[in-house]
Amino acid sequence: MIDMRTPLGKVRGLGSAKDGTSHFWRQRLTAVANVFLISFFVILVIALQGADYASFIKALQNPIISTLLLLVILVGCLHMKLGMQVIIEDYFHSEGLKLLLLMGNIFFASFIALASVVAVLKISFGG
Amino acid sequence: MANADLKANRPLSPHLQIYKPIVTMVMSILHRITGAALYFGTILMAFWLICAAAGPESYQFAMDVFGSFLGRLVLFGFTWALVHHMIGGLRHFIWDMGHGFELSAANWMARATIIASVALTVILWIIGFIVA
Repeated sequence: MIDMRTPLGKVRGLGSAKDGTSHFWRQRLTAVANVFLISFFVILVIALQGADYASFIKALQNPIISTLLLLVILVGCLHMKLGMQVIIEDYFHSEGLKLLLLMGNIFFASFIALASVVAVLKISFGG
Repeated sequence: MANADLKANRPLSPHLQIYKPIVTMVMSILHRITGAALYFGTILMAFWLICAAAGPESYQFAMDVFGSFLGRLVLFGFTWALVHHMIGGLRHFIWDMGHGFELSAANWMARATIIASVALTVILWIIGFIVA
């Protein structure tokens, strides 16, 4: 295929949004990780359903389980932040509202991620 | 064009309601809807973990919420959204590799997505009830 880009465009290589393929790459990277992480999460939830408090805490104090759960939270929240960003960019065309929603998206994803991480760490450190 | 009436009631390009729904299109829309639903569904995950971190009483409260009929219904929907979005994602990986673009393949994969997502969701819940 003939490369239609100008030499300057090739040097910069980032396109009009100035982030090149990084959004796509991160989206797919987190998607591949999530296939395994979410499978683990579903199995964990099924295993822990109806568990009493003591056995739930005991499970989350297993370092492998808490590490994987932290990955579920962080990778999952990054993936959903990227996805919701695309939805907002697709449907909201007024600059002000779009900017507001794009910020809200980052705030929401960050809050869910951090609150869940703190909860898992508190449990796994025995708090 | 300087004095063009930008607010004129000109015909627009057709949108969703014009087209007859076809399976690949419906799966594409469902992929986005399930993605958005899972986005807000993470509130449930955060609620679950925070309640557990807060102590036995609040953990029991979360268990009661999720164990109620409405709670189970929401979790069943959550499970399907998760499974459907994942299988839809696997379909995207196949396309990323440059396969599955023929009309027959795309239609077949779209049908397989909905059948597999519903079947897997039911199987997961049966397993859930068996191990409970």
